[in-house]
Amino acid sequence: MKNYRYLLLRRLTQISLLVLYVGANIWGWKVLQGNLSSSSVLGVVPLSDPYAVMQIAVTGASFGMDILLGALIVALFYGVIGGRAFCSWVCPINMITDTAAWLRRVLKFSEVQKRFYMSRSLRYWILGLSLILSALMGVAVFELISPISMAHRGLIFGMGMGGGALAVIFLFDLLVHENGWCGYICPLGATHSLIGKFSLIRVWHDAPKCTDCRSCITVCPEKEVLHMINRSSESVIMGECTNCGRCVDVCQEDALRFSIRSFTKQPKDEE
Amino acid sequence: MKTETPNERRRFLLSIARGIGLSAMGALVWSAYVGEVKAAPLVLRPPGALDEAEFIKNCIKCGLCVEACPYDTLILARPGDNLPMGTPYFTPRSVPCYMCTDIPCVPVCPSGALNELSVTSYVKNKAVLDINKAHMGLAVVDENSCIATWGIQCDACYRACPLLGEAITIEHSKNDRTGKHAFLKPVVHPDQCTGCGLCEHACVTEIAAIHILPRALAMGKVGDHYIKGWDKEDEKRLEGASIEVTKTKISEKSALDSLNDEGGL
Repeated sequence: MKNYRYLLLRRLTQISLLVLYVGANIWGWKVLQGNLSSSSVLGVVPLSDPYAVMQIAVTGASFGMDILLGALIVALFYGVIGGRAFCSWVCPINMITDTAAWLRRVLKFSEVQKRFYMSRSLRYWILGLSLILSALMGVAVFELISPISMAHRGLIFGMGMGGGALAVIFLFDLLVHENGWCGYICPLGATHSLIGKFSLIRVWHDAPKCTDCRSCITVCPEKEVLHMINRSSESVIMGECTNCGRCVDVCQEDALRFSIRSFTKQPKDEE
Repeated sequence: MKTETPNERRRFLLSIARGIGLSAMGALVWSAYVGEVKAAPLVLRPPGALDEAEFIKNCIKCGLCVEACPYDTLILARPGDNLPMGTPYFTPRSVPCYMCTDIPCVPVCPSGALNELSVTSYVKNKAVLDINKAHMGLAVVDENSCIATWGIQCDACYRACPLLGEAITIEHSKNDRTGKHAFLKPVVHPDQCTGCGLCEHACVTEIAAIHILPRALAMGKVGDHYIKGWDKEDEKRLEGASIEVTKTKISEKSALDSLNDEGGL
């Protein structure tokens, strides 16, 4: 059970949030209304997607204070505490891409398939492009194609043909590129990487305990962030880390755990 | 200092060119798609919605208006609806807007896409929500398929209208075919019509003979060149009129000179 602690906690969080949102639409619960683009907590506190608000802002819209305030609250929470936790603890796409990544490992796709090159920074280019296009076209362009909002809206308000978009992401991650959507393309994840760059809750790597079994690297959706494994004791500080805690789960030696961001680092040999 | 070999410089320039090229490719594909989906002129928005272009800029697609609607009138456009995805709309023939007096869908809007001020009236200097000020669309009658214009008695739309006798009135005229009956034709008044669609919902024909169109599609605009000279109110429109005068070859000189010069006379 210990090996699945954070995984189960994440699924519980993702599903409870979904239940609250769906309950708001079907049974009129007031706890969490709306969807991930913009919500209202207990009918009072606004929460908004900072990336959607950025796109709306560059169109030159005369937008309401509620979404601005909501975006600030969300950005502040992830910026100070959660890091990129949105991606692994809240986003409904995570369950799809995690399944694809798991299936890839089980079927050993990465061993038989020649990788084609995609840059990890592609998502930042897409982020920049989306803002330029939003300004030029006078509409939030990513919000019109976002499979994240499509999935979330679909689950709450009715899916329509949205299932197709989800299937595309699943098949892309399964057949084309490991963690292709979340790790390379998604500009919302990129936004959260930037917002959470300096956040406080981080995975800490205790190098002396590490036996270099590489289990953490195998399960990590953003492998670059674990560059210190078996090299030095330090916090995983790269903004791309989603704080999913899978590495903590799978580490048999307790060489990884959540803690407060540390600014020191110590090479393994010196201890 | 390390000097760059031409090879490295070339690689650097090529990678930049590649980045720009790929971005341009992505931008073209993306904007083509967006251009297609946001051009949906036949869509009816909730009460208080800004003009379509502004509405689409502002709406964050959260669905709070949809959740607030007690009649399930509003729907968020789903993939496959061929409308700007995730934006709220309604289809009056299925479920019209029942014009709640407290307009629950508007105050919940966090983005300002539904503008509370546009559906607010002032009673004794106190702001109150007023659904009768909504302009969601405009009812248009297709006289060809309206049985009232055939001379068959039907006032379904007139009776269904929440602004009975204001937004739709009945016009009487003589039925020359029988010589002793009257036509009772429905006439829609654009200033009063809110576009709620109760008339379209009530219409008895197979496909509704009265239907709601977005106002931008249903209405024309006179412009500055014509006013009702007998109406003091209408003259106010000229205050903001353009004073631009076009000059063509003929109007370069005064009218008289221009005529006198014609043909070297």
